[in-house]
Amino acid sequence: MTMALDTPRPALTDLVGKTLSRRRRWKLGEVVFWGLTAAAPFMLPRGMLLLNEVAILALFALSLDLILGFAGIVSLGHAAFLGAGAYAAGLFALHVNADPLTGLVVAVLAAALLGFLTSFLVLGGTDLTRLMVTLGIALLLFELANSFSAITGGADGLQGISMGPLLGLFPFDLQGRTAYLYSLSVLFVLFLAARRMMASPFGLSLRAIRDNPLRASATGVAINGRIVLVYTIAAAYAGAAGALMAQTTQFVSLDVLEFHRSADLMLVVIIGGAGWLYGGIIGAILFKVLQDAISLATPQYWQFWIGLLLVVFVLGGREILHGLLARSRTALAKLASRRAP
Amino acid sequence: MLTILFDGVAYGMLLFILASGLAVTLGLMNFVNLAHGAFAMAGGYVTVVLMQRYDVPFVATLPFAFLVPAAIGAVLERTIYRPMYAKSHLDQVLFSIGLVFMVVAAVDYVMGSQQQLIRLPAWLQGRFDIAGIGIGRYRSFVIAICIVLTIALQYVLVRTRFGSRLRAAVDDQQVARGLGVNVGVIFSLTFAVGSGLAGLGGALGVEMLGLDPTFPLKFMIYFLIVVTVGGRSGLTGPFTAALLIGVVDVAGKYYVPQLGAFLIYALMVAVLFLRPQGLFAVAR
Repeated sequence: MTMALDTPRPALTDLVGKTLSRRRRWKLGEVVFWGLTAAAPFMLPRGMLLLNEVAILALFALSLDLILGFAGIVSLGHAAFLGAGAYAAGLFALHVNADPLTGLVVAVLAAALLGFLTSFLVLGGTDLTRLMVTLGIALLLFELANSFSAITGGADGLQGISMGPLLGLFPFDLQGRTAYLYSLSVLFVLFLAARRMMASPFGLSLRAIRDNPLRASATGVAINGRIVLVYTIAAAYAGAAGALMAQTTQFVSLDVLEFHRSADLMLVVIIGGAGWLYGGIIGAILFKVLQDAISLATPQYWQFWIGLLLVVFVLGGREILHGLLARSRTALAKLASRRAP
Repeated sequence: MLTILFDGVAYGMLLFILASGLAVTLGLMNFVNLAHGAFAMAGGYVTVVLMQRYDVPFVATLPFAFLVPAAIGAVLERTIYRPMYAKSHLDQVLFSIGLVFMVVAAVDYVMGSQQQLIRLPAWLQGRFDIAGIGIGRYRSFVIAICIVLTIALQYVLVRTRFGSRLRAAVDDQQVARGLGVNVGVIFSLTFAVGSGLAGLGGALGVEMLGLDPTFPLKFMIYFLIVVTVGGRSGLTGPFTAALLIGVVDVAGKYYVPQLGAFLIYALMVAVLFLRPQGLFAVAR
């Protein structure tokens, strides 16, 4: 009897393996998309600063998508990890070493450590408890950063950060070209890692947990271990986004830990669609373009429109938008398949 | 020392009145309404506008501070809140955060972003001494009102026909409906009263908590703490939690001001970690 349980049926393993390897295969649309992002500096030489922000926000959204979209953990305090990464990178550059890549690694490790420690707080409980706990942790960090102003600079922020050239070769320029390419490369590498992870048995088990924790644990998924792992990874991703933000703007302030960061991020992920790795990236692009357009028109009250967007979205706009996205995706796929043979 | 305790109790009482509506919608109806503070802010602004523009005395503005948010609450419940009941917590969170953002920006646009100040009538100003303890007149006034409201709320919820209908509707909507309870009307009424109470709390709180357009965001977490820490099975839990939070927050800000609200958040995370169902919840 135990034998049968220990060795999965070969047909099933085969099927799972086939499905996963099909998911791992690269589609034409993806290649085109990343090609476009790499070519962006030539097409939009003036939009580098904005594109840099988009890439960083996309990485941050990717991070939330890992836990929200794939593992089903709601979080209202994801800014905690962004802030941890940003402050770690900023302080490291200020006091230890101005090399961007070393700083990035340090920030990722710091955020991952924070993520690992706090992951145990989100293990149990309902959605509501998780929302409250994550929100509480972000608020705690905000208060800490505010109180220890001798280290963090308090409301004035960390000033006087100056980054060394990337890889010792490319200095950060005013147009933000290096910054964008740097952020884009980090996003791409981490995206590849996430893509591979989510198309692995680990990714499948996360989805199982999201859809039905009880059934997942009955089929032998060690729920707690998986959640701790994915939460730590997501925190590391958010830390990387924070580090990129600190390094490319050469400034860190309490703003990175503010509540609106976490709330806006929810909107970004929801616009693009949760549980789909490109969702965060598409959401980030739409969100930034929208933010740019609205804040040009009404700089002071742009939050009103974000709020309206959220309300309309939840009341029924989401189905419409995602229907459009899905339809255009199938149309693109048809187009591609017609051209291919 | 005792003065701090007294101030803490007054603060806690006020928090309870502010959050009592949320204790019912979130605690009993299981609907996450992060925009609850917006109704409190509405009450506060009703009082401010009536006092500043129409010279209405403070106490006379309080009924309006209850009625206006209650009416707004009833209308919103009927129109946009109702479809949200059946949706996931995540959707409810996004929806109500969106509402908060809209309200904050709209109030900023209409009323300006400055702190609003009101002049309390002379008989509510200053403090008197009992056995060497300084007791603020206004704070005693707030405590008195809150005690009356708390008793009334508890009475309505536990002893009246409406209360038992509400509890039935919350426990099992379908069965309650089957027994002829008009669940929709009950929820609307409850939501309206909760919003009205929040408005009243907001009006009473202008003097103690301050009032500016970011009020709903600033105090959102406090209301949520009251409900989640208090447990979601009635009003006694949130009441105790509100008092506890009031005293800890006032004492913390007095003795270790550099920590700010740190203590409260730490307390909340610890409680939710150790007792995810809340401090005083009975396991269901």
